[in-house]
Amino acid sequence: MKSLSDKVIERLRAGAEEPDLTGTRYRLLERVARGGMGVVYAAEDEKLERRVALKVLDVPGTDGDLANRLMREARVLARLEHPGIVPVHDVGTLADGRVFYTMKFVEGQRLDKFIEGVESVQDRLRLFLRICEAVAFAHARGVLHRDLKPANIMVGPFGEVLVMDWGLAKILRGEQPGVPLAADPEATILERAKQPGEASDSTKSSVITGHGTVMGTPGYMSPEQARGEVEVLDARSDIFSLGALLRFMLTQKTPGFTPRLDRSLEAIGRKATAERPASRYPAVQELGQDVSRYLDGLSVEAHPESIFEKLTRFYRRYRFFILLILAYLVMRVILLLVLKR
Amino acid sequence: MSNDKSKQGGDRFPLTRWSVIGAARSSNPAERDRAMDTLCAAYWKPVYKYVRLRWNRPTEDAQDMTQGFFVQVIERRLLDKFDPAKSRLRTYLRLCVDSFVMNEEKAAKRQKRGGNVLHVALDFAGAEEELGGGAMDPAAIPSPESLEDFFEKEWVRGLFELAVEDLRKYCEANERERTFRLFEEYDLSGDETISYQKLAAEYGIPVTDVTNALAWARREFRRGALERLGDVCGSEEEFQREARSVFGWGAR
Repeated sequence: MKSLSDKVIERLRAGAEEPDLTGTRYRLLERVARGGMGVVYAAEDEKLERRVALKVLDVPGTDGDLANRLMREARVLARLEHPGIVPVHDVGTLADGRVFYTMKFVEGQRLDKFIEGVESVQDRLRLFLRICEAVAFAHARGVLHRDLKPANIMVGPFGEVLVMDWGLAKILRGEQPGVPLAADPEATILERAKQPGEASDSTKSSVITGHGTVMGTPGYMSPEQARGEVEVLDARSDIFSLGALLRFMLTQKTPGFTPRLDRSLEAIGRKATAERPASRYPAVQELGQDVSRYLDGLSVEAHPESIFEKLTRFYRRYRFFILLILAYLVMRVILLLVLKR
Repeated sequence: MSNDKSKQGGDRFPLTRWSVIGAARSSNPAERDRAMDTLCAAYWKPVYKYVRLRWNRPTEDAQDMTQGFFVQVIERRLLDKFDPAKSRLRTYLRLCVDSFVMNEEKAAKRQKRGGNVLHVALDFAGAEEELGGGAMDPAAIPSPESLEDFFEKEWVRGLFELAVEDLRKYCEANERERTFRLFEEYDLSGDETISYQKLAAEYGIPVTDVTNALAWARREFRRGALERLGDVCGSEEEFQREARSVFGWGAR
């Protein structure tokens, strides 16, 4: 037969990737994005006449294991009913054996793009708090995300924040908020094969190895996660990622925004991303509370203040009243001087 | 197509997924032969082109060496030393080719001593044509740094060609010639101007039939390529990794 040209090979690759939705209730619309394990397409649910996001695995599992794992990922999402977490609608298998699931189609921007238009530190911190709320909710339901990074956060047209891509999530034991959650090594939702070239891309890609070992994104994954210590991972691993995310949000230089990290924010970031999990915040709520305290002009737990810093913060917080009192006192002094004459 | 393939079984040993490495190490000569045929079908062309370009060997020498290499793989049981945990089969074979070419004289002697023959027809003329009809373009000669890429690219090309050929045979055997012709015209011709509408008009069928036929053909092509790939992978993990690499998943 005639040899296949490079162009034809690319065409065959593209054609082979396209899912065949015959026999499902969905109609393919367009390719939206590529994730670690597969591709996300926009599709039309012909029964309910709505647009959905359809995630399809790349490779059909040979023993059903991969399919089971994707099903479990979908079940993790299904148990996380929260406005900050994208809801799953359906799970199924295509004619070619590939497993898919459908979820709400999120229209919006990735966090890294969205914050380009957010010019104040306060607004960025409020956005960060909403991410913390969604992650704290997942932790309270016993689920660890393990791949928090700007690319996995979407911001909708009304400012709603959605934490995406729970493909690396892990079910944790215990569900009490505020209590460090221990990882269940048997409850790994999904492991992915390492992607060609992934390890070299330190900001965008996820690094994966074999079963129960390393997954996450360099720069965002905790040191214990990078070492593949799956059994010791707990909520503080996600807290590390949130700390890295906070740093990203506050130091990303964009038009109209000058990166600024004062000592308190720097301390919050440092505490969240401490090398040892024991030195980090024990729960996402406490990280969120520290950020909220900063926003309210209060002292933060992560940074013991000197007297001078306390006075400076006190002045900043009550500047109006202090200036008002000072003005009043100055007026009184002037008045006294005038009357004495 | 997969069903068809499994139905071929019977008198043939069942070459299941991930078994080629194990079968090549088998003490049963018939199993070893089948495994080597599978391996040879998938790798002879990249090996030939690699010898031509990397080692700059003339056509006849490269042909002898390609055949000699696979004979040596059988005789010296080179696959026994392959460890899927340490490297990819492709990389291992490429390094074996390097070592074989460097020791070509010794290898040639062994080839004469041994009684092994290859059962796979090697279309050297076709491979030579792909290299530019014998006139080597210096620009086509890969640099030492890109040899791995070159070998991989040629291996993918060979794999896809086998999968397309499998699909063609399957379509012919199952009265789906028109489906294959549609696939050929749309996906294999490289013609950018072709459209579903044009094909529908040409064949006098509704556009939905073209859509369905192409969806089926692509699905079967994909299944066939994955089956061929599975045949030469040593483990499920390697298969998953190789499938991503061959189809470019994760890279685009």
